[in-house]
Amino acid sequence: MAASDLIEIEQLRFSRGSHRVLDGVDLRVRQGAVVAVLGASGGGKTTLLNLMAGTLRPDAGSIRVQGREPAKLRRSELFALRRSMGMLFQHSALFTDLSVFENVAFPLRRHFRLPETLLRKLVLMKLEAVGLRGAATLRPGELSGGMGRRVALARAVVMDPILIFYDEPFTGLDPISVGIIATLIRRLNDALGATSIVVSHDVGETFSIADYGFILAGGKIIAQGTPAELRASESPLAQQFLGGRPDGPVPFHYPSAQSFLEAMGLKRWEAGRS
Amino acid sequence: MSALDFIPELGHRVRESVPRLGAATRFLVLGLGRPFHRHFSIQQWLRQVYGFGVLSLALMVVAAFFTGMVLGFQGYYALVRFGATSALGTLVALSLLRELGPVLTALLFAGRAGSALTAEIATMKATEQLSAMEMMAVDPLAWVVAPRLWAAVFTVPILCVIFDLVGIFGGYLIAVPVLGVDSGTFWSQMQSNVSFRGDILNGLFKALCFGLVVAWIAAWQGYSAQPTAEGVGNATTRSVVAASLAVLGLDFILTALLFS
Repeated sequence: MAASDLIEIEQLRFSRGSHRVLDGVDLRVRQGAVVAVLGASGGGKTTLLNLMAGTLRPDAGSIRVQGREPAKLRRSELFALRRSMGMLFQHSALFTDLSVFENVAFPLRRHFRLPETLLRKLVLMKLEAVGLRGAATLRPGELSGGMGRRVALARAVVMDPILIFYDEPFTGLDPISVGIIATLIRRLNDALGATSIVVSHDVGETFSIADYGFILAGGKIIAQGTPAELRASESPLAQQFLGGRPDGPVPFHYPSAQSFLEAMGLKRWEAGRS
Repeated sequence: MSALDFIPELGHRVRESVPRLGAATRFLVLGLGRPFHRHFSIQQWLRQVYGFGVLSLALMVVAAFFTGMVLGFQGYYALVRFGATSALGTLVALSLLRELGPVLTALLFAGRAGSALTAEIATMKATEQLSAMEMMAVDPLAWVVAPRLWAAVFTVPILCVIFDLVGIFGGYLIAVPVLGVDSGTFWSQMQSNVSFRGDILNGLFKALCFGLVVAWIAAWQGYSAQPTAEGVGNATTRSVVAASLAVLGLDFILTALLFS
């Protein structure tokens, strides 16, 4: 592992039932970078994120985060590691019974005994950073999707993590909110000196902020490099994904083990007709 | 399906249930142990006590009042045939203290608070709130589950006491002013035939056990629910059905052990 690699993944394999989600993934993430993991929906991106965060255990291979393997840590050690991580969930995952202020204050209150004035300053500083200081007293139910995502972002960075995970941060947002979130990801990463992993299928926005990217397909990394290198990739799969073409190596038609006619019991009838 | 097919099917189901039961038991033990965890919050516990207890109070009082009045009527018509209406106070009190108070309190608690508990935890899971806690290094068992388990253990016996008192008062209102049973006889017979330890404390112990079992089933169903809208609905239904049946089954066992 190079001294500047924060995450190192080797020959990672993970299955759900008989379905192999990740099949021999190798990946390294340099400290301080914004790294994109791109791929089609259902391609295992979020699973990869959960494996890095230690909420799932790999079937084979290794994941090292800050030199430690989350899957091999005891719960208390894993929690200690997670205190240096932040995560923005796809649907924000805000606590609906708490105000915006209390949502952001939640990790601070649970882990530290800070004087109320200091805690207030820290929380309002993070809310200011995402442009929602004025929304501190609102409840999550009163926020738009974009505002909710920004509050969740403030909560994810309130402990000043050195590693931040973003799970589909642009999904379901209007173009203005997408632009705001993208700018915040880059700005917060640089301001905190953190490392960010952005899992997304939104190519344009993700490439606009990423230093490096991986394209995940069929459970493997099929291309990696800077956004410019990825755009120039000769992999047909990568080209189909980045170009948004409906047909290609990933077929338009979902493959079926049994034909529709067979499933409906019509195969014999069709044969008899011809 | 032939009779012989039933045997492997039964074996398969038992084999599937054992790990689930083990996981649920581990969940209970870890949840009950969490008050000593640094993420356990007294404020959260008090909020749950308020939600389970204070907000269930009106339902309990109304149900207890009607139960007591029905007992008064039914008891009177059964006893009057034997000229034993003087024992009506004892009958109403023992029925409530030993059986109806704990069981009905637990069944109402399962329907009102238990279902809400399951739906709340299952929704937290479906909206990734539990995962968010895990990622913030906050233990959901300590923050979410333990306060609810301990709130139920604390609240159900208190609700049972209220149920018993209101029920006895309902029985009194029917027995004395309506049916003409002597007031002094009603209370004195009750006083001399009801044992504090044998009837009242055993009844409250039953309520405590029921509270724990209902909260355990409700919290586990929520925690292990499929994180979808359908999963939340299914978990809530399973929670009420399983908790109600568990209360009735456990009542039989506890009655056999405590009152035999």
